[in-house]
Amino acid sequence: MAGTIAARLRRALPLIGVVAAVLLAAFIPLPVPTPDPIERTIRVEASRFAYQPGIIRANRGDQITIELTSVDVVHGLSVDGYDVELQVDPGRVSSVSFITNNEGTFRLRCSVTCGDMHPFMVGKLQVGPNTLLMRAGFLSVMLTAIGLSRSTRLGRWGK
Amino acid sequence: MNLLEHLVRPQTRERVSAHHTGRVNLYRLKWLRPFVKNRWPQFILRAVTLAGFIFTIAVGIFGSRVGSHNFAIIFVWIAWWTALKLGFIPLGGRSWCSICPIPLPGEWLLRGGIFKAGQKLGLNRRWPRWLRGTWIQSSAFLLIGIFSAVTLTNPRVTAWVLAGLFLLATGLSIVFEKRSFCSYICPIGGFTGIYAKTAPVEVRVIDKSICATHRPKTCYQACPWGIYPVALTDSSACGLCMECLRACPRDNLALNIRPFGDDLQSAAPARRLDEAFFSSVMLGSALAFAAVFTGPWGALKTAAYAIGSLEWVVYAAGFMTLNLGVLPGLFTLAVSLSNRAEQQTTLRTAIACQGADVASYAQALLPLGMMSWVAFTLSFALPKAHYVLSVISDPFGWGWDLFGTAGAEVYTGLTGPAQILQIGALLGGLVWSVSVTRKKTPDWRANLPVVVFFLIYTMVMLWVLI
Repeated sequence: MAGTIAARLRRALPLIGVVAAVLLAAFIPLPVPTPDPIERTIRVEASRFAYQPGIIRANRGDQITIELTSVDVVHGLSVDGYDVELQVDPGRVSSVSFITNNEGTFRLRCSVTCGDMHPFMVGKLQVGPNTLLMRAGFLSVMLTAIGLSRSTRLGRWGK
Repeated sequence: MNLLEHLVRPQTRERVSAHHTGRVNLYRLKWLRPFVKNRWPQFILRAVTLAGFIFTIAVGIFGSRVGSHNFAIIFVWIAWWTALKLGFIPLGGRSWCSICPIPLPGEWLLRGGIFKAGQKLGLNRRWPRWLRGTWIQSSAFLLIGIFSAVTLTNPRVTAWVLAGLFLLATGLSIVFEKRSFCSYICPIGGFTGIYAKTAPVEVRVIDKSICATHRPKTCYQACPWGIYPVALTDSSACGLCMECLRACPRDNLALNIRPFGDDLQSAAPARRLDEAFFSSVMLGSALAFAAVFTGPWGALKTAAYAIGSLEWVVYAAGFMTLNLGVLPGLFTLAVSLSNRAEQQTTLRTAIACQGADVASYAQALLPLGMMSWVAFTLSFALPKAHYVLSVISDPFGWGWDLFGTAGAEVYTGLTGPAQILQIGALLGGLVWSVSVTRKKTPDWRANLPVVVFFLIYTMVMLWVLI
């Protein structure tokens, strides 16, 4: 009886390990700084098919003002997860202000058809540290260790 | 007895070889069998894809020059490309090949009819032995990668590439036997072929002793791919056309649902360096495509698009270095270190005898490679879905609104969940690849270098996508 329970536990060990790793990666507190919100003004230059800078970094609660300019054709800028929409003619400046309440990584997208690569004209707004990437990296190491361990049977999938 | 077993005819269970345990033979499902046995359902699907293919070429040439307003770009590179990577390949292996329109006119022409089996016309020459394998397909994929920013976004270029493939497939079918184009030239055929090993579908002989006594070999005669089903050891070459099932007079072929990645669990080590190289090219291409198309690096997009410029030359050189140097080099080094740890030999000895080991370990590149393509696809499929609705109503980009969806707007509410799905796909691929690596040897020290290679690749891909 004790042997059967031990064998079952041994069989369940990889699954328990995976669940524990996922929970640990999802909920472990990360030692990330939480700076006070500030006001930032960022000038973004749009050209076919790029934003310069391509990555905007901010902290949670910052008041962001984006000043969008274009050097060639009409471009737009929208931000996933935020109610932000801009459009700018070449040589003009268009601006929008918003507070970065949502933490994470959000794509900037051109919202005005500007040429062949228009659907792929994207940038990135990074609010706070990229904790999702940190947690995913941590989880990948944990899962690799579990998969590699001789005591697991993950290598027997499909059999 | 479960529901599926109820649906299976009794004789299946009596004639199941050891290889077929843990599988469900779909060809025995009473409700499904007529759809496979009869050629009409497949023909209707092929006719639809052929009509769509010709329409796509026409729209690409005559429609709007703006890619995001043209059916050719949106349907080929967003709808079909997404369906291929998220549906057809992971769930059906080479199922797309069974309805692909590109080789059909040549095949029908040479057969002398749509439903006739065997090859009656054409020169019927054998494909040169020195051109066999996936080397040409790897090269074609690298070529696509170098020109991807234009090929995937310019309607005219997409149309002419499709038309060129169409003519090449038809021309080659007149000179060479069977589906030489699909087996040795088509980059998509190579792509679907290597990842078909991970899919849960296969066509296999049920009882090989029955085939041994059947002299006419009607299955081989009927197969447009030139495959003798008894010799099938994995699913990379089988186009799932079902002709062998229809031709077998003894009902000795099965269309099986099997566990995912079953071909990768084979005890026989893989020896094909061409497949190892193609697997590596697929890893590199997924990374490069993700960086160019979904990354925030504008200079990279500009360089990839400006064909002929100095920036593009630098981009092309970087792309080739990644695919021909960095990834294969690092992987070979990892295999050398693994060999050294496993055999307790010097590094020089380990390097000297590693060709077969690279091929064998390269099987483990397939799950991570396929899931990398899935993760990349998830990053653009959801935000770009509105383009599909838009071009359905206005395929030529001429201002039509046939179904009232021309003004469909981008929906970004799924961006957050998509990131979680991307992480899940990549980590699933990583764990799957690690598990395949353990098939070679259970010694974790020996596997560590190769697994570290997988881990580093996964982290780089995560960094690009998240």
